[in-house]
Amino acid sequence: MTLADLAIAGLIVLGSLFVLLGSIGLVKFPDFFMRLHAPTKASTLGVTAILLASALFFSFRTDTPSVHEVLIIVFLWVTAPISALMLASAARHEPSTEPEMLDRDSGSTMAPDKTSNPRESEPE
Amino acid sequence: MIGTAALIGLVLVGIACLLSFYRLLRGPSLPDRILALDTLAVNAIAVIVLFGLWMGNPINFEAALLLAVLGFISTVALAKYALRGRIIEPEDRS
Repeated sequence: MTLADLAIAGLIVLGSLFVLLGSIGLVKFPDFFMRLHAPTKASTLGVTAILLASALFFSFRTDTPSVHEVLIIVFLWVTAPISALMLASAARHEPSTEPEMLDRDSGSTMAPDKTSNPRESEPE
Repeated sequence: MIGTAALIGLVLVGIACLLSFYRLLRGPSLPDRILALDTLAVNAIAVIVLFGLWMGNPINFEAALLLAVLGFISTVALAKYALRGRIIEPEDRS
């Protein structure tokens, strides 16, 4: 057991925890635009940590640098914002993904239905 | 030690796969389901890499790279379908 083994094991567990956190956020958040946050950021970071651990492991095992994983990391980091942007622009025109939390703040222009909002009936 | 860590990681990522599969079944709208499929693809990449770490052979990277490419392409195609109703736009014949 060396320091490299310790670092690889720590990266594996940390990355798996981040992937699990992304999926928990995907289940627990209340509306679509919040749910979009969790997998596109936390899961990408978790998979990046796991791939770094794999690159370190095979580099130390074969004594030659293993760069396949860096390709996957770069591809994931390039494509995750693009797919998140496509999903957000697809959900903007979807009537069933109305934001529930936005009209509680000052951004009341996003409130889709005035009658279902209790804050609207109060005098300002 | 790395084998134990890879086993713990496989269990955690398996729970993550189950959670995103729940969102895929439950999801109230079409973009929710597309997002759940994208998350499942990312989780499957993690499962493949962790399995390669557990077995100790570096043969699984092509599968992981293929899954990353296919996950991205299918997510973009499904989002385009949800946005416009068709994936490949016909040319404007004017």
